[in-house]
Amino acid sequence: MNLHDNGYDLDEAITHIVNRYGSKSTALIMVLQDVQKHYRYLPMEALKAVAKKMNLPIAQIYSVATFYKAFSLTPKGKHHVCVCTGTACHVRQAAVIVDNLSRSLNIQPGETTQDGEISFETVNCLGACALGPLVTVDDEYHGNMTVTILNKLLNELRTGKMAKTTEEVK
Amino acid sequence: MTPRKLTSSADLTQLRDQLQKQRQGDRTIITICAGTGCLACGCESVAQAFRRELAESRLEADVEIKTTGCHGFCERGPLVVIQPEGIFYQKVKATDVKLIVDQTIKHGQLVNKLLYRDPQTKVVISKEHEIPFYKKQMRLIFGKNGYMDPTSIHDYIALGGYAAAAKTLLKMKPEDVIEEVKKSGLRGRGGGGFLTGKKWATCRKAPGEPKYIICNADEGDPGAFMDRSLCEGNPHAVLEGMLIGAYAIGSHEGFIYVRNEYPLAVKNLNIAIEHAQEYGLLGKNILGSGFDFDIEISRGGGAFVCGESTALMASLEGKIGEPRAKYIHTVEQGLWDKPSNLNNVETWANVPLVIEKGGEWYASIGTDNSKGTKVFALTGKVNNTGLVEVPMGISLREIIYDIGGGCPRNKRFKAVQTGGPSGGTLIVETAEPMIHESLVAHGDIRDEDEALSLLDLPVDFDALTKAGSMMGSGGMIVMDQDSCMVDVAKYFIHFLQEESCGKCLPCREGLRIMLEILTRITEGKGTLKDLDTLEEVSQVMIDTSLCQLGGSAPNPVLSTLRYFRHEYLAHIVDKRCPAGVCKELVSHAIDETCNGCHVCFEPCPTNAIIGKTKELHVIDQQKCIQCGACFQVCRFDSIKRVKRGEGDAVQSRAKELWKPRARKEASAATV
Repeated sequence: MNLHDNGYDLDEAITHIVNRYGSKSTALIMVLQDVQKHYRYLPMEALKAVAKKMNLPIAQIYSVATFYKAFSLTPKGKHHVCVCTGTACHVRQAAVIVDNLSRSLNIQPGETTQDGEISFETVNCLGACALGPLVTVDDEYHGNMTVTILNKLLNELRTGKMAKTTEEVK
Repeated sequence: MTPRKLTSSADLTQLRDQLQKQRQGDRTIITICAGTGCLACGCESVAQAFRRELAESRLEADVEIKTTGCHGFCERGPLVVIQPEGIFYQKVKATDVKLIVDQTIKHGQLVNKLLYRDPQTKVVISKEHEIPFYKKQMRLIFGKNGYMDPTSIHDYIALGGYAAAAKTLLKMKPEDVIEEVKKSGLRGRGGGGFLTGKKWATCRKAPGEPKYIICNADEGDPGAFMDRSLCEGNPHAVLEGMLIGAYAIGSHEGFIYVRNEYPLAVKNLNIAIEHAQEYGLLGKNILGSGFDFDIEISRGGGAFVCGESTALMASLEGKIGEPRAKYIHTVEQGLWDKPSNLNNVETWANVPLVIEKGGEWYASIGTDNSKGTKVFALTGKVNNTGLVEVPMGISLREIIYDIGGGCPRNKRFKAVQTGGPSGGTLIVETAEPMIHESLVAHGDIRDEDEALSLLDLPVDFDALTKAGSMMGSGGMIVMDQDSCMVDVAKYFIHFLQEESCGKCLPCREGLRIMLEILTRITEGKGTLKDLDTLEEVSQVMIDTSLCQLGGSAPNPVLSTLRYFRHEYLAHIVDKRCPAGVCKELVSHAIDETCNGCHVCFEPCPTNAIIGKTKELHVIDQQKCIQCGACFQVCRFDSIKRVKRGEGDAVQSRAKELWKPRARKEASAATV
């Protein structure tokens, strides 16, 4: 991942993000979320820049970056597949979806495929429990998931044609 | 209308009157539910189709389209309700829109295929309020969602919004506000059930300035999404509640800590705050009262423990979300060691109602010690999943059967889980013989006693606690015969182990040990002694954990052991999983009800299923890896999950019994 993309370099990008929140220490988590959104992970250089810019010890930034589930210190894939494993999804067999996804992508939850294309994660609850089991692909929700639909979704993701809703896939 | 700063109560009244006048008359309004559930089902394209269709029919001026917050009946989304008649259309697709416009909007006729049909009685129902799912509900907090666009402050004001805030700020003393809330008997909706009025009074009296108001929208409990729907669908009610609370306590700064996993809630709350500031309902000298209050949003980092008040405050300070021991309460020393009053989203949303209609009126709803209504997220193995708002005191049976419509495919109800993972408790039909035996064996009742069915318990903070469960944040997950209780306990312990912050030893190590044991049991490697160890570790955790996450974490294990000990024994002694969930103990097999439809072929990752179309299928027991993909897609319940090694026996029996005509019966049964 090139840290000098999007037209401006790392320091500029971090300054831009930190300024959104007025350098307040309360905003640290939100700053890191935005940094992660920008780079798809938290590069060490970026953490150092945030520390400098927000005038906080790097130790605090590192502790926050490693404590919260939303943050990743390793690069994530281009596409993001996320399986909800909340209780409601669990009793509707989300585990079957997780197992099969793991097998077809050949990675464990939390990992990214070798080609850097797809990251696969599980999340504790997305709050759309009525639609369980639920999968999000690049933040699009797909409810009432089965392995059959999942395979189609993966296929489309790999060929670059993404259907908007589960209905279209069916 | 351009925003205009409201500087007095009269300004607000004038604006409301003006807005209400504009909205009078029998104007047709098409409301489209745009909560997260319906969005996932494609309601956006439905809304677009309506806009296009109305434009083509030149009806834009006469018919209004409103995309609203969640209506609650997520199972049937996308939902379209046509007001003022209240015609309820379900599972609407963009392709149905032309039909609705042609028949209903132009000619006042109903589109039959989109109406709700009661799955039991087969009666077709056209009006929203007549549907059983809505009929028994009391939608005081949640009902407004269906009538307004959450991004429009005008919609909220037209429905009487901010009137309670105006009354508070201009006509009441802070002490009177607290007195009113005390009178209402409102208790915290986040799970603790602490009296809101009492909390406010303590915070008001606490020495130290400034004081902070916090809204806990870090709804981490899996299976609960009422706070999300309130933030998304009625954000101003939350802001108004916080404003009233701030005035009562004497705070000028508020925070909403919201999960980043809820992007729409973050967006709608931000819009609401911006609008409220523009209209002078937040900021300096609100409505000319001289009172200042503003709210900031903080997005959470995705840690379950941050739902705990001290951890949440640490996180708000930009630190890691570790809880601290609460020798000193947060109302005295919370955020930056200043007095901080934290309430959950639903609690704040109740506040304007208490002020508007009075504490006495509010206290007239519910039971002796639990007042008002509670929103529950009814999910899992139940026909009508969604959000339901019911008066306190209603029975669980009414919620699950009358509103929820029972378990799908007529499967046997087993348990309902309330209180989130760390509440993790199960309420069961104790009349079931197996459970009766289990209770007797565990010393809960004597053999000759008839255990009261816990399903008839009233929903009430104290009644649920007495029964060994808790109200929690309101997630209600229904489980049927296909749910394995050992697996459910393992699921919760795994969840909590991942979410434990690791600060105190009992929680960190206790959960690890419990997970090891439970995993062993589900793999058929458990021993009877393991059950004693589980109980012993549980007790240590309850006695010595630092915060409630660890203290209540053993609940799912203890409650499943109490009501479902026989399932644990089946795993340990018989090496069998009665529900067929635990992979290591199960074989998948196809029985004689197979329709030969081929649906199970595609998802099978090992191509283990053989058989021609319209003929009996067979699972190759050598190739099958028990992944369960076929079980999930079979529409005839022909895939059976039997004791490991018994698959071939089932399938050879099926070969003898299977007849082509079995297919017809099977398909007839499902129609």
